[in-house]
Amino acid sequence: MSCIKNGFETLKGKNEKALVGFVTAGDPDFDRSVEIVRAMCDGGMDVLELGIPFSDPTADGPVIQRSSQRALKSGMSLVRVLEMVKIVRGFTSIPIVLFGYYNPIFRYGGKAFCQDSLAAGTDGVLIVDLPPEESAELTSQWEGADFDFIRLVAPTTGPDRMKQIADEASGFIYLVSMTGVTGSQGLDSSKVGAVIAPLKAVTDLPVCVGFGISTPDHVKAVAMVSDGVVVGSAFERLIEENLENPGLCGMVREYTQSLKDATKI
Amino acid sequence: MNIQDMPDARGHYGAFGGRYIAETLMPAILELTQAYNEAKVSQEFQDGLAKLFTNYVGRPTPLFFAQRLTEKMGGAKIYLKREDLAHTGAHKINNTMGQALLAHHMGKTKVIAETGAGQHGVATATAAAFFGMECKVFMGVEDIARQAPNVKRMELLGAEVMPVTSGTGTLKDAMNEAMRFWVGAVEDTFYVIGSVAGPHPYPEMVRDFQRVIGDEARRQIMEAEGRLPDTLVACVGGGSNAMGLFYPFVGDKGVELVGVEAAGTGIATGKHSASLGAGEVGVLHGSKSYVLQTPDGQIQEAHSVSAGLDYPGVGPEHALLKEEGRARYVSIEDDQALNAFHTLSRAEGILPALESSHAVAWAMEEAARRPKEDIILVNLSGRGDKDLETVLKYMAQKGA
Repeated sequence: MSCIKNGFETLKGKNEKALVGFVTAGDPDFDRSVEIVRAMCDGGMDVLELGIPFSDPTADGPVIQRSSQRALKSGMSLVRVLEMVKIVRGFTSIPIVLFGYYNPIFRYGGKAFCQDSLAAGTDGVLIVDLPPEESAELTSQWEGADFDFIRLVAPTTGPDRMKQIADEASGFIYLVSMTGVTGSQGLDSSKVGAVIAPLKAVTDLPVCVGFGISTPDHVKAVAMVSDGVVVGSAFERLIEENLENPGLCGMVREYTQSLKDATKI
Repeated sequence: MNIQDMPDARGHYGAFGGRYIAETLMPAILELTQAYNEAKVSQEFQDGLAKLFTNYVGRPTPLFFAQRLTEKMGGAKIYLKREDLAHTGAHKINNTMGQALLAHHMGKTKVIAETGAGQHGVATATAAAFFGMECKVFMGVEDIARQAPNVKRMELLGAEVMPVTSGTGTLKDAMNEAMRFWVGAVEDTFYVIGSVAGPHPYPEMVRDFQRVIGDEARRQIMEAEGRLPDTLVACVGGGSNAMGLFYPFVGDKGVELVGVEAAGTGIATGKHSASLGAGEVGVLHGSKSYVLQTPDGQIQEAHSVSAGLDYPGVGPEHALLKEEGRARYVSIEDDQALNAFHTLSRAEGILPALESSHAVAWAMEEAARRPKEDIILVNLSGRGDKDLETVLKYMAQKGA
């Protein structure tokens, strides 16, 4: 059983839903990014989604765009992201999923990426711009590796396609809560249930919901109907607003705790 | 599979092309693919487009023998395919009328577009006005500054120009922002991509709407010379005017195809837009092709005096033509393009767009090297009125 699946099983036993936290690796710089992730772990985060910074993040809103730019400016690269995973793996056993765009991974080499990611302590990857139509060129290089390729389902995904995606998925499925880029406003958590039902009907995998979730109330509402809740832009906003604040890590830990508490039902 | 039969059903051109996009957009792309596949074989659609080309765009555009320029260079005959005489002043209108007609057939009432030089933006705004659609055009702030007349034209045509401040505020950033907007508005909005780039079916669809350039040129040169040209030349940013000219000739092995990229201040300076000449294979804006990038896979900024060539990627079909050795890709620096701008203006009374000036510059040099019986056919993809400010500023800087 993959580490990711195992993690969700354990939470189920405790009547909790997963808090999936996203930050861009290397934002605002390598060392502080490690400390931010440590604070998220201390705050009770269940799954880490670590963003691979990319120059042209076309599915991300301004907050994550800027986080990517800060990370790149500080000298971050995919090689450095994997170095960071090694350090993070030294202090936590929660699942670590890389999150990014295809070009840096394509340039790194699909097979080497899988091997090096596993060696560093990563459990899977989600690639925003690699839909099922194109993903075989990458995943076919991973035969036999215990490395999850997390797939996305969007509000625009129809039932047939949903089933097709679910059949190929592993780890968990990431359900996008609304049409739009990350960090969009206007989450209608009452509608999430309606989107999640047809997906749950075609998969046994855990379903995590992301996009537009930033408060404990959002988390609570979405956790009622899903297996996990992804918070990303809200962490990045907190980082951005406190770049020079020595208390940043404490704030991140407290914020994580407040979100985590909302996943306990 | 013959290279002219590409792409395959999945939108791949050999190792290039494809649909590398977010899941939210995928259903819309599949819907578009289906709609386009139907339109391709619909007599009604094709007749409708042909009528628009004739009555609205002003096609066929002339194929003009540039006698004075030819005499000046002293070698091969230079013919110019006058896309600058098409409605709105560039080849871009061929594609936007095609896509807007398709959007109309699909029942969409809102369109968005990205633009660099503003020619595609103006052409989209024009098509939107014609079909009564709401239009938003994303344009980098740097381009808004250097292409001010086109911004005003778009606004007069009823379009809303959306300034893009991210990155360097050029074409790449405008396309990023258009894609972001589309993700949030995909249910009722048609994205009119301006080049043979983007996810499938855009590279194929845009090529098909632009191939009218090559189809006409082929007929016209046969009438004028009784034979096919030796060499076709076109500038390549994303590559739509080049693909439109080249495509009907891909099977004619005796016709040399030459794409001219922008070398900016020189390939060695790193400030250029030569994706095919100096880039590596990668994925940008939905398709796999040659991309200017760092070894870590970060996209690099492109540079060119011409806003329309200022793009770090290139259409996947060009990548295939390069890989197969069917076309070759050269580059021309800013200075050479400016020189060609002045030379053509004085010799023939035609002000070429700075984009097209790159093709003219290479053709001029090549003509001088070639025998008098050779024929070089250049795609004069747009007119230069929009570039006057850039040209004057450049002349002032150079003390000319």
